[in-house]
Amino acid sequence: MIGSAVPRKEDAALLTGRGTFVDDIQRPGLLHMVYVQSTEAHALITGIDTSAATALPGVVGVWTAEDFAELPARPSVPGLERHYLAGEKVHYVGEPVAVVVAADRYTAADAARAVEVTYEPLPVMATLEAALAPDAVPIFAPLPGNLALEQPVTPDDVAAELDAAPRRLRARLVNQRVAGAPMEPYGVLADWVGNGVTVWATVQAPHRVRAEIAQVFGLARHLIRVVAPDVGGAFGVKSSFMPELFLAPELSRRLGRPVKFVETRREHMTHTYHGRDQVQEVEVGFDENGAILALDVTITVNIGGVPDPVGIGLPTLTSYMLGGCYRIPKIAARYRSVLTNTTPTASYRGAGRPEASFLIERVVDLVALELGKDPAEVRKVNLIGPEQMPYQTPFEGIVYDEADYPAALELLLGELDYDALRAEQERRRADPGARLLGVGLSTFVEMAGFGPTPLFEQFGYLGGWESANLRLQPDGSVIVLVGTAPHGQGHQTAMAQIVADELGVPFEAVSVFYGDTAVVQEGIGTMGSRGMPVAGNAVRQAAVEVADQARRIAAHLLEADPDDLVRVGDGFQVKGVPDAAVPLAAVVERSFKPHLLPEGTRLGLESTAYYEPKNLSYPSGAHGCVVEIERDTGRVHVVRYVCVDDCGTVINPMNARGQVHGGVAQGIAQALFEKVSFDAEGRPLAASLEEYMLPGMLDLPRYETHHIETRSSFNPLGVKGIGEAGATAAPQAVVNAVVDALAHLGVRDVEMPCTPERVWKAMHHAS
Amino acid sequence: MRVEITVNGRPHEREVEPRLLLVHFLRDLLSLTGTHVGCDTTSCGACTVLLDGVAVKSCTVLAAQADGCEVTTVEGLGGPDGLSPVQEGFRQCHGLQCGYCTPGMVMAATALLAERPDPSEQEIRDGLKGNMCRCTGYQMIVESVQWAAANGGAR
Ligand code: FES
Ligand code: FES
Repeated sequence: MIGSAVPRKEDAALLTGRGTFVDDIQRPGLLHMVYVQSTEAHALITGIDTSAATALPGVVGVWTAEDFAELPARPSVPGLERHYLAGEKVHYVGEPVAVVVAADRYTAADAARAVEVTYEPLPVMATLEAALAPDAVPIFAPLPGNLALEQPVTPDDVAAELDAAPRRLRARLVNQRVAGAPMEPYGVLADWVGNGVTVWATVQAPHRVRAEIAQVFGLARHLIRVVAPDVGGAFGVKSSFMPELFLAPELSRRLGRPVKFVETRREHMTHTYHGRDQVQEVEVGFDENGAILALDVTITVNIGGVPDPVGIGLPTLTSYMLGGCYRIPKIAARYRSVLTNTTPTASYRGAGRPEASFLIERVVDLVALELGKDPAEVRKVNLIGPEQMPYQTPFEGIVYDEADYPAALELLLGELDYDALRAEQERRRADPGARLLGVGLSTFVEMAGFGPTPLFEQFGYLGGWESANLRLQPDGSVIVLVGTAPHGQGHQTAMAQIVADELGVPFEAVSVFYGDTAVVQEGIGTMGSRGMPVAGNAVRQAAVEVADQARRIAAHLLEADPDDLVRVGDGFQVKGVPDAAVPLAAVVERSFKPHLLPEGTRLGLESTAYYEPKNLSYPSGAHGCVVEIERDTGRVHVVRYVCVDDCGTVINPMNARGQVHGGVAQGIAQALFEKVSFDAEGRPLAASLEEYMLPGMLDLPRYETHHIETRSSFNPLGVKGIGEAGATAAPQAVVNAVVDALAHLGVRDVEMPCTPERVWKAMHHAS
Repeated sequence: MRVEITVNGRPHEREVEPRLLLVHFLRDLLSLTGTHVGCDTTSCGACTVLLDGVAVKSCTVLAAQADGCEVTTVEGLGGPDGLSPVQEGFRQCHGLQCGYCTPGMVMAATALLAERPDPSEQEIRDGLKGNMCRCTGYQMIVESVQWAAANGGAR
């Protein structure tokens, strides 16, 4: 079954309106919670008048920060802990200031509008420049300024190497702020009954949420059940810990009734974490051939008004991946995490790695431009060869697994018909009536399969392993419980494919469950492309163990040695003796009859396995984008997008293709359309889907997808992960294409998103 | 006020607030939670249903406006003999990942095929441009609709 494009098990429910998303769940006596959000970016709260709101019929109550003073704050870097509601001051527009609970959502919204908050304005620092200015006011009082963290990632600099390099250049690259914007907004329903609570939430890591709730409320974990039901997209956004995850349970406890919070899109766009928002200062040393000799990088990340503990450290991951697919002998990196009066930032699809890939791929193109060489040639000079794998990067512990980067590039160039495109580009440049043509390449590698425990613990998780429980039912069907909690990736299908192969049972006979802490033993969650590389291997491990148990019982039935059995069709056979065979169904049935089994055989066929990766995995590939640019408007059209991906073993090619498409779509969207911005007063300019340019069907191209399958030796399935590859590869493929189209005009860079206005300006101001 | 709305062939009479949106009428009063909400500006199409056969965004229609009308939601497609061709097309061609946009997308596609049984790719993209999907990048949705067009169309 592995490698087969079977339709998904999850689809029947989702296609008939029988999915279960948080907002679909009703409970008797359900109450609705709504936030009162800050309208100011930076201000002292001088008063909150709740009288008009509480007077409305149907309103149960209004609560402010002081009502939750006894709940321990969300842990962060010391001094930067997050409180559930803004207390004395607000740090960004959209920060929750109060909560309203009412009998229905319309009344709750009315009441939230009726709460009067008065503010005393403070100076607003909505940009990095303003926040770092000498006279900037610290947004968090315990800090002397707005620099929350200054972190050298490498011990030394590369000044000597840069000095020794025959050529060098500098660049300043901007990876703008974008919103994950899953179609299902964030939602929580908490029902506190007796001495424990059940929480349904749109999250990526239910066991972690359970642990956090346990810690906040001082409860033992068995009293808390967290369920991540169907989750309508997440993209990293739903791995952060929103205040509502704790406020809804607390209010349910106080009120003795279930409490539901479902954010509006406006709340999502202003209150829920954004992603990216890095400024990168780069200096690169290289030789006349284009060989890169040294790279020096300083990253400044905008972490918003209330820092997220993951968001603060994401440039660490950017730093680790700075070398991309290339043999760069020396890299120096450091970063600064800066507070501003904007919505906080944290994980978004790729979380730190797309920023690195963007940086190095833009740098390679800049080097090519500087030397007057073809970007494909400069890539070939620098690519790590297949014979050098596994490859130790300049960063300790960052070791790339097996891949053939040059082969991926060759396949891409062939599929693009690269030389013909270059000829066509020349023709178009000479014809003033033709649209300009640009070709952008992106040979990328990212880091996935998070993983291993010491690394992943830094992000607050219990470990970096994943778990699976597999048991055969007396009728031969299989139930699998897995610790990851997906949100569209198709785990029911892919895990069943793995089990079908390992156990020799039909795909249809396997059911996979996840996302419920009362059902699933333990789990870490779905983020960092760890579905197949970590959870998939846990499932495989459980299946191997159960197959081994089955073999022993089969051997007993056949009166043979377990080592003499071979797998046939749906059972076991004594090697070379076709008559001495037993179907799996008989083996399973026997496993439930202990009196017929040797002393000491355990009852049933079941195993719980934990898979701890030894290393991360490194999905890679080569993407190419062809754009046309309208000369008179600057409008960019993506006319072709070609992907070559190497995610190791492909479990389900249809799922994998879907993951690549979705990631590429988000990457193209970052390159061309999306940007979360604020005005100088910190007011959000992209607070709705009318203002935020989420691409629709007419905005995105067809994708041509190809795969190279180089098994990873780092895990038994040989998988690497695919969820984040597209988003990692695409932004620079598009931007490189845009700049390539305009290079003859002297254009060196166009900042994302490459809007018609920006492109037009670049065309006309250049040289 | 009182409204009578026929949903998926069954009449429903309810007392509603004049400002109640059709999407909340369906979800909260009738428990037809297949119709989703993804925005507050009529931008995403997650709430698309058929109102007297025409695809509408049910977050911009008041329940009062639907009084006396026929509404079809995703729960009203297909039947005991299986999925509708559009639903089956989405399954065959992996036209959904998380499934949140899917009911709206399926309804919009059903309306499109009712009007144009054999649409070109451009017509599909044009017809569904008001429906956002954050997961698929759209191409496999286009392929799903093409599959449906070739295998039974709108019903
Ligand atoms: S909910 Fe977004 S258009 Fe109706
Ligand atoms: S499948 Fe997730 S939004 Fe479309």
